[in-house]
Amino acid sequence: MNELVKQQWLIPFLPLVAAAVQSLLPRKARKLSAGICLTAMGASCVLALRAFVGTLGHHEAERAVWNFVWFDYGTTRLQLGFILDPMTAAMALMVTFVGFWIFVNATGYMSDDENFTRFFCFLSLFAAAMLGLVVANNLLMLFMCWELVGLCSYLLIGFWYFKPSAATAMKKAFITTRIGDVGFFLGILMLSWQAGTLNLYDGGNGALEQAGKLAGLHGWFGWSMATTIAVLLFIGAMGKSAQFPLHVWLPDAMEGPTPVSALIHAATMVAAGVFMVGRMFALFTAGGSAEHPTFAMDMVLWVGCFTALFSATIAVGQFDIKRALAYSTCSQLGFMMMALGAGGLVPGQFHLLTHAFFKALLFLGSGCVIIGTHHEQDMRKMGGLRKYMPITFWCYLIGMLALAGVPPFAGFFSKDEVLLVTFQRSKVAWGLATFAAFLTAFYMTRQMFMVFAGKWRGGHHEPHEVRWNMWLPIAVLSVFAIGLGFFGGKYEHYLGVHEEELHGKSLVMGLSVAVGAAGILLGWLMYGRKTMAHAEEPDPLEVKLGALFTCLNRKWYVDEFYDATIIRATMLLGEFWRVFDNRVIDGILHGIAWTAWGVSQVVRWVGDEFVINGGFDAGCEGVRLTGREFAKLQTGRIQGYLRILCLGAVILLVIWYLK
Amino acid sequence: MSVPLGYYLMLGGVLFCIGLCGALTRKNAIAVLMSIEIMFNAAILNFVVFWYYLHNGALTGQMFALFAIAVAAAESAVGLALVISVYRHYRSVDVDEMKALKG
Repeated sequence: MNELVKQQWLIPFLPLVAAAVQSLLPRKARKLSAGICLTAMGASCVLALRAFVGTLGHHEAERAVWNFVWFDYGTTRLQLGFILDPMTAAMALMVTFVGFWIFVNATGYMSDDENFTRFFCFLSLFAAAMLGLVVANNLLMLFMCWELVGLCSYLLIGFWYFKPSAATAMKKAFITTRIGDVGFFLGILMLSWQAGTLNLYDGGNGALEQAGKLAGLHGWFGWSMATTIAVLLFIGAMGKSAQFPLHVWLPDAMEGPTPVSALIHAATMVAAGVFMVGRMFALFTAGGSAEHPTFAMDMVLWVGCFTALFSATIAVGQFDIKRALAYSTCSQLGFMMMALGAGGLVPGQFHLLTHAFFKALLFLGSGCVIIGTHHEQDMRKMGGLRKYMPITFWCYLIGMLALAGVPPFAGFFSKDEVLLVTFQRSKVAWGLATFAAFLTAFYMTRQMFMVFAGKWRGGHHEPHEVRWNMWLPIAVLSVFAIGLGFFGGKYEHYLGVHEEELHGKSLVMGLSVAVGAAGILLGWLMYGRKTMAHAEEPDPLEVKLGALFTCLNRKWYVDEFYDATIIRATMLLGEFWRVFDNRVIDGILHGIAWTAWGVSQVVRWVGDEFVINGGFDAGCEGVRLTGREFAKLQTGRIQGYLRILCLGAVILLVIWYLK
Repeated sequence: MSVPLGYYLMLGGVLFCIGLCGALTRKNAIAVLMSIEIMFNAAILNFVVFWYYLHNGALTGQMFALFAIAVAAAESAVGLALVISVYRHYRSVDVDEMKALKG
């Protein structure tokens, strides 16, 4: 392990090199570009697998770190470092593996786009940044990669920047996550100030190893220092992982090409927040106990819980296939956060891994659907695709069952663990989450029936099955969506966390299966028994719920609320300062300018014209006249000079003689 | 029985004045050069005489006289060369003609 950790840097480095090379490639080199990208990602995946294998077989939670000095300035020594522990290894393997198949799918999805090489360049950089974030043993390095991830998401969401909606979405994603990053950055500064280092583990001196000490110090609002820092860091995670109230950017991120959505929603961007909370878990828990959790843990729990439920309700009312999935991601991220907040590091991280597989599967599946239906995203205009796209249908079905939490698919195991650990902490949160799980099953069933059942409602163009490079990735991922759940127990053991026997296991599991089944049943009752006949037909749920459905469809009017409050307030403030600038600041400046101008006029007339110019002219004239007069002495005759010389000598002699 | 110092100094002074008069009045550049040589010789005479009467025993005066003769020879060589090139330019050696440096 100690040897392996020194090679961890290669995992993000290879995609980074790929991105650098591709930035120099001409537009036409499409095959070369894809080849480089896939090779780099595949090699990273092999390296990650090697690291993963290296961490197997250790019974305790072992970790190897490798810190090195980046540079010194003054007395401050900036270090960077890499880490290899089970959580890192599993995450890196997931990111490289899922990323690789997303790349494969992207070669099909983007095959018509003329900026193919640019797309793959950004995609590689995105993967490199995320991998850098995963293997970093230093909060500074983590933050740099974190920001790179943000930048890449900005570039990729706005890949089709000529569409105004994409241009808006890219800005929205960037600014919203930036709001969270302010908190994150403050947290990093606080940690650096209090712990004196940003290395996470450093042989007992790392920031996380000092969590106990930090828990004893006083921070803000009566919290301990550890909690204060944890809360600030969590604000960053809220932005990145799209937790309420900073979730608004994620659905708009659907403007990007679908492989990007898959990458953002599964392997990279949003996973970063959850992963970071898991990485900094020691700070979150420091100073608390199972009975009296810290404020940071409660905050994570309730923000996660609320987001899980809130986003699930919105997902019910969406018609865009990708937007429904986007809100589903928000909701699932809420589940992960909730698990972490309830003290369940293992369930949270495990759900992150399984979710990555089946959400990547669903997004790539939706990408196949979009390509198959000639760029149609409205589910009302689909239908009957099972007949036209059988491979996509079966893979999508597996993904849907996994997300809905049907045994024995992966999502069932991880979600069950999430619910179980939440049950130990708070019955209310558990109840809400179980309801969210019910909604999950319901909206996924709704989507399945709308897209794949019934008959084609999309007009004359008949849909077709996609090419192999698009369906192969989802087929591979669906294998994992089925099988990965069985490794839950092993994963717990692998992470080296020994959790005590949790009570209420059968109740939680039974109820979880029951609500999943109920959700699917309800979905079938509403959408499956009688499928939509026309695209213009109202949604059955809309008929039942009426105004509430509109409310869901408009995402509880959060965007409108932000527009009316924060954005409007910002604009008004901007307007105020503009007027202030125009009137007051400019007024002062103009006053000063006019005064200076007036003074200069006086100086010009009195001083410049008469004193300076006059004096100078007179001086010049004097010099000229003197020169002219003295020039007459210059006869050019040597003997004349000699005579004057003699005259001078004689005069000197006379003076000397008389003295 | 010796000639007193003053006589020699008188001779030196007379020689210097003759040379000076020549240098100031003659129009021919060669003549001016010759006059300057006379002034040189007056100075050299003074060196030798002062040495003989006041510092007899040291070699300073004789040495200086020899140096001055050597320098005078060099000076007249350069001077004659200049006069020749002036002649080539002006077709004359009249010093009054040479007034190109008039202010």
